Amino acid sequence: MNISMAITRMPAARGIIMLDDFFFRALLAGIGLALTTGPLGCFVVWRRMAYFGDTIAHSALLGVALSLLLDINLLVSVFGVAVVVSLLLLVLQKRQALSADALLGILSHSTLAIGLVMVAFMSWVRIDLIAFLFGDILAVTPADIALIWGGGLFVLAALVVLWRPLIASTVSADIAEAEGLKPERARLLFMLLMALVIAIAMKIVGIMLITALLIIPAATARRFSSAPEGMAVLSSLIGVIAVVGGLFGSLTYDTPSGPSIVVAALILFILSLLPGRAKNLADGGTTSGGRS
Amino acid sequence: MLMQTAAQDRQKGDELVTLAGAGIRRNGRWLVRGVDLSIHRGEIVTLIGPNGAGKSTTAKMAIGVLRADEGKVDRKASLTIGYVPQKLAIDWTMPLSVRRLMRLTAKLDDASLMAALTDVGIPHLVDAEVRHLSGGEFQRALLARAIARNPDLLVLDEPVQGVDFAGESALYELIRTIRNKTGCGILLISHDLHMVMADTDTVICLNGHVCCRGTPEAVSRSDDYRRLFGNVGAGLAVYSHRHDHTHLPDGRVQHKDGSVTDHCHPDDGHHHEHAGHGHEHHDDDHSHEHQHGDHTHAGGKGHHHA
Repeated sequence: MNISMAITRMPAARGIIMLDDFFFRALLAGIGLALTTGPLGCFVVWRRMAYFGDTIAHSALLGVALSLLLDINLLVSVFGVAVVVSLLLLVLQKRQALSADALLGILSHSTLAIGLVMVAFMSWVRIDLIAFLFGDILAVTPADIALIWGGGLFVLAALVVLWRPLIASTVSADIAEAEGLKPERARLLFMLLMALVIAIAMKIVGIMLITALLIIPAATARRFSSAPEGMAVLSSLIGVIAVVGGLFGSLTYDTPSGPSIVVAALILFILSLLPGRAKNLADGGTTSGGRS
Repeated sequence: MLMQTAAQDRQKGDELVTLAGAGIRRNGRWLVRGVDLSIHRGEIVTLIGPNGAGKSTTAKMAIGVLRADEGKVDRKASLTIGYVPQKLAIDWTMPLSVRRLMRLTAKLDDASLMAALTDVGIPHLVDAEVRHLSGGEFQRALLARAIARNPDLLVLDEPVQGVDFAGESALYELIRTIRNKTGCGILLISHDLHMVMADTDTVICLNGHVCCRGTPEAVSRSDDYRRLFGNVGAGLAVYSHRHDHTHLPDGRVQHKDGSVTDHCHPDDGHHHEHAGHGHEHHDDDHSHEHQHGDHTHAGGKGHHHA
């Protein structure tokens, strides 16, 4: 049996009875998530926001604690905390008292710690911390799947709308501002999308591993891409391969599912570094089809 | 008379951007202050000045990248701007071809895209990755991107950096052609006065504030310019105007008489010759000399600007 089963928070009775069924649900959820994190992860890599992603993910535990304390919806609570932390970061960065990475370090670890302390105080609730930290994809319900695909499609649609301002401000915020693309607004909306995806993804791969799913597929796609649009699509596909490979590996070798997905993504990344298989980047005219 | 009317029309009607007493303050320090300038349709305005003089800051203020902390900035409604920034660091993790760079902020058809690249002399690099370009090639690509927008106002922050001498003349020729063909206004930042001389309508010399201004002919007949021209290639010495004050490293200003103030705003009593004693003159000869001559300020704090 799979180890992940043992740490399932709410054993889904039907899932255990019908093995195929829970595995299929996990696949569906993971694929939906990977499709969303691909393009988003590209921006995380291009804009050097990996640590930001980590910080938002860590703050999710505070969201979990608040959700239990105030008896509000988990997703709403996690998203709310993520938004507050993002805005706090924007404000603190403007004041320039500390460097961005020091601020991120403070916010990241203090929100995680406050969350853990709060959970410890709430002796009346019993939660499976491991499931929140490392994910529990095998426990996803049909409602979760609906949320992942609904939220994912929303995020992808928003990215399509914001694509040009986001790309332009990634290349040069000054050019984007001068030529009327409002890079600050694009950046804020991008942060909100990140917060939303992290809130959705927490249940699947867990707080500690979300950033991996954002960054590793994007980094893997880099070598085979000659346009930002191509890289976004490719990192989605690579993420899907990592999810499928990781889940099958988890089933075969009886390993936890979230970490298995990350390991699968890492294997793909290492393979991408092997010499001789990348197409020549210099003559890249072929994949610039995404432009409009 | 007709000529005069035309000139007046340009003065009044066609301002693309107007700055009035505009300044930017950061961390309690004025980067640039008291800037008055306007750019008209079809006019080339060149900003010169030493490093840290506020040239880029002034340009960014004019196009709305930075908001002025004092004074006023008026831009014509629905102004199309083409901007070539001084520095641009693209993370190598983003795959970006020249073709894609050209479509960074707006859609662009292939014909116009190639035409702009041909204008700047790099049509063969259309599918090259941006990070593999040399400094000069990258600069040309950025210029092509800006002109392909058919801007009303083209803002070029040291557009010829990294370009060799022959290419430099060609690019200045191109900038002039663009102006003549499209009638756009151009704000050019340069620390190379002699190259832009022939094509520039107005030269504005900045050093934390507007030090002097005038037509290139006017400036070139001034002692200051002769000194500039004689010292081309000597780095900062190029900008050795006879300043009546020195900008200290901490941002304060030391005046000729040894007094130190926090800034050199035109109204602070130290610089009446900047604000008052005409830098607006474009035609007459005698007044171009940017002299900070012997005179005592009656209204100021009584410093001598010897």
